[in-house]
Amino acid sequence: MSMLHTINKSPFENSSVSSCLSMCSKNSSILFIEDAVISVMKSTKFTKMIEDSLEDFKIYALKPDLEARGLSLNNVIEGVEIVGYDQFVDLTTEHDTVQSWL
Amino acid sequence: MSEEGIVKKFMYVNRKSPYGTIYALESLEVVLISAAFDQDVSLTFTDDGVYQLMKNQNTDGIGMKNFSSTYSALGDYEIKKIFIDKESLDERGLTLSDLQELVWEDEDEDYAEKSSINLVTRAELSEIMSQQDVVMSF
Amino acid sequence: MKLGILINEGPYQHQASDTALQYVKAAIKKGHEIYRVFFYNDGVNNATRFATPPQDDRNITKEWSSLAKEHNIDMVVCVAAAQRRGILDKGEAERNGKDSDNIEEGFRISGLGQLVEAGIQADRLITFGD
Repeated sequence: MSMLHTINKSPFENSSVSSCLSMCSKNSSILFIEDAVISVMKSTKFTKMIEDSLEDFKIYALKPDLEARGLSLNNVIEGVEIVGYDQFVDLTTEHDTVQSWL
Repeated sequence: MSEEGIVKKFMYVNRKSPYGTIYALESLEVVLISAAFDQDVSLTFTDDGVYQLMKNQNTDGIGMKNFSSTYSALGDYEIKKIFIDKESLDERGLTLSDLQELVWEDEDEDYAEKSSINLVTRAELSEIMSQQDVVMSF
Repeated sequence: MKLGILINEGPYQHQASDTALQYVKAAIKKGHEIYRVFFYNDGVNNATRFATPPQDDRNITKEWSSLAKEHNIDMVVCVAAAQRRGILDKGEAERNGKDSDNIEEGFRISGLGQLVEAGIQADRLITFGD
């Protein structure tokens, strides 16, 4: 069964990002929303963790949350797909289950 | 009270310590209610959620209601699939002996008391989670 | 698809309710049905009709109320969580000896069973929280 994981907390704030990454099964999809979009930026101490994760998971970040925080879309880690709310909806319906890491 | 025979795999994921926030208590309330719906229910305790099952909780000093004894009723409600993430215990210097022993009575075996607790690795938990129909995380 | 929405945080304090609103609007535009929006934990605070945010900012309670009215969405507030946090409809207020009720139009108070039912009946259940 395919799973979509959503994460909404910054990796600097708590361990939701690392917990999710350690418990997702291969080929899951992960969508970063709200403060968690910080995770997908280049040049942070979490950049390598996300880059390595791209080998096992499809990773998405919500565009309106990046823009709200003044984070440049050009500075997002390569391989992370930037999506809007309509694609957020599609991701939830295309996967069998949604798990939110709060 | 099953909904036209639909049986889904429900997993409730507990990741937070009790008392600092209300999630542990209010998630337990959902779990107990869901027992009435004849669904296939599992509980996971991971990250700080493992603290919810600590023995010897004493809340007198903080003036909050101690609800830890409620977990021992889970077996009576037929909630007997409880998964505890071993790595979360290890990271926190805990072992199963620090946690309550949760049991259920198997009426097919003369009400023999059996442990509801399954100590699992993250890899095993990952596999179990991927089989769920509905996941609620608190 | 039939979508169930669980909101665990109150308005303004967390982005959860805002994100859920945007998600629900997008889902409706795509032709999906919102089976139920269930408010739990501090999420019940989304239902107070006394919210008075600044004029130049969104009124989250009213946004939910209007959306529910326009699209006939069932919005349920958990009774136990609501009682703890002082969100009452007329019946609850009378039963508990309170001199007023404060629930906004479009929200109804009911039990946790409604959340579990949404998990069973909806094709997907998505949680927005902290």
